[in-house]
Amino acid sequence: MASIASSAPLVRATARRRPVAWVPIVLVGVALAYLSLFLFVPLFAVFFEALRKGWGVYLAAIREPDAWSAVKLTLLAAAIAVPLNLVFGVAAAWAIAKFDFGGKSLLITLIDLPFSVSPVISGLIYVLMFGLQGWFGPWLAEHELKVVFAVPGIVLATVFVTFPFVARELIPLMQAQGREEEEAAVLLGANAWQLLWRVTLPNVKWGLLYGVILCNARAMGEFGAVSVVSGHVRGYTNTLPLHIEILYNEYNFAAAFACASLLALLALVTLVLKTAVESRQAREQRP
Amino acid sequence: MIHRTLSRLAFAVAALAATPALAEVTLLNVSYDPTRELYQDYNKAFAAHWEAKTKEKVTIRQSHGGAGKQARAVIDGLEADVVTLALAYDIDAIAEKAKLLPADWQKRLPHNSAPYTSTIIFLVRKGNPRGIRDWDDLVRAGVSVITPNPKTSGGARWNYLAAWGYALRKYGSEAKARDFIAALYRNVAVLDSGARGSTTTFVERGIGDVLISWENEAYLALKELGPGKFEIVTPSLSILAEPPVTVVDRNVDKKGTRKVAEAYLQYWYTPQAQEIAARNYYRPIDPKVAAKFEKQFAKVSLFGIDEVFGGWQKAQKAHFADGGTFDQLYQPGKK
Repeated sequence: MASIASSAPLVRATARRRPVAWVPIVLVGVALAYLSLFLFVPLFAVFFEALRKGWGVYLAAIREPDAWSAVKLTLLAAAIAVPLNLVFGVAAAWAIAKFDFGGKSLLITLIDLPFSVSPVISGLIYVLMFGLQGWFGPWLAEHELKVVFAVPGIVLATVFVTFPFVARELIPLMQAQGREEEEAAVLLGANAWQLLWRVTLPNVKWGLLYGVILCNARAMGEFGAVSVVSGHVRGYTNTLPLHIEILYNEYNFAAAFACASLLALLALVTLVLKTAVESRQAREQRP
Repeated sequence: MIHRTLSRLAFAVAALAATPALAEVTLLNVSYDPTRELYQDYNKAFAAHWEAKTKEKVTIRQSHGGAGKQARAVIDGLEADVVTLALAYDIDAIAEKAKLLPADWQKRLPHNSAPYTSTIIFLVRKGNPRGIRDWDDLVRAGVSVITPNPKTSGGARWNYLAAWGYALRKYGSEAKARDFIAALYRNVAVLDSGARGSTTTFVERGIGDVLISWENEAYLALKELGPGKFEIVTPSLSILAEPPVTVVDRNVDKKGTRKVAEAYLQYWYTPQAQEIAARNYYRPIDPKVAAKFEKQFAKVSLFGIDEVFGGWQKAQKAHFADGGTFDQLYQPGKK
């Protein structure tokens, strides 16, 4: 390099005028290497391992009744958690961004709680409250109600850990949009309901969808909190992530990776939806 | 339009929520880690037996995990009809803390309510590169040992007590046994929460020179993961491990499943069931079946927990309770 540069001053002059952009190249290279090491290779490995013993084994693993019931339970938990958190998230974000009231920052902190608390603790909270030795345990047992180690516990834990996603997505968006449109609507005689449906929600619809997608992804993938309240009864309280761990522990690697690939596929679908939503959002924001 | 979509969605959710009624009776068996394959076979056999006898269909649901953790879940309300755990103390804990069954539960079935037994042996890598022959080789400097955490795993407690019993007999004093155990746990590389986790650490992740393991678990790992990769080493002395089974009275009475739950456990004491145990590498208690499978198990001299430790209650208090011997001797980081 040095000899070429010194023997050809012209080349050096051009080089000086347009320096090679090392910094971006290195940064992009590092990012790509990091991504492939920690993301692409493992993701590839999941699908590779899942299909290593052929499609027959793969399909059998997914059609197996315990796997199927895990898929159903995972979808059920998401189907309950997402709408609940959608309603709550919109209500909380609307209140926080558009109205003034005391204790607002406390409410924001509380919404963030599931993010900051370890999922294991979220699970244990429910065992301590609804377990047989817990606060409400004896009362629940008397009335033959089951919460932990049953489907309601799984749903509760899922709702808890996915609680901030929609609200956290909407609050900054609504705050950035300000209150002018709402104030104008009120002056024109809109009631609260019309305000929400005709003014606020249409403005945030893409952000809302984005929050719902993230919430759904976490709801289907949650492991820690659900593991604590599940009791691991196969065919009954195992969600897909728990089922994968069990299969893995049973040396049933092909089936474990088959179910893992199913979960990864669900995640990929979510990602594609997310990207689509983002690009729609970007297009609409351009005037 | 929206209404129709919504009602369809609601219908779909309802369909998902409704679990199909496959059977008249469902039992929940809460068990410990390595019995997964055993109970898969046993449940099939019992369901066939029960249907032939009573024309009633029975589905048995399984939950597996470290024995201590599983007992905790039953105490916290996991509605087990029967518990089949790694050791008596964990069932004692259910009786003590949640009063779900009587304190003398262990007298209800023959052989201390343990229909199959096992012992503790070693699994080493092919060719036994570290030359491990007996317990003494586990405390040598530089040998990396894998065993689960005695706080959460029943198998781990049997491992610990087997080593203690060996040291006590060989070196003759409690103090020497303490030194032996301290040296042993200084060599432990990973302390998983259950026996199956430890097996996966040793076999799949390739960590450690020797796995202290249930005999049945070691044979299963050998069978499932290729006999070419590992070898079993039987120590000169080990412990007679009796994993007990019992009905959880409060739960079966509440659910009305007592009859089938009791039959489920009694079926263990038939020759057919004993063969299932033997085929899954558990030592059968039926002498005829034991004779038939004699060649499968290595000869090892065994001591019982009662003769060396005075029973599980005492062993638990002395060794595994908070501040017990294990807490005093296992201090990771201190070398």
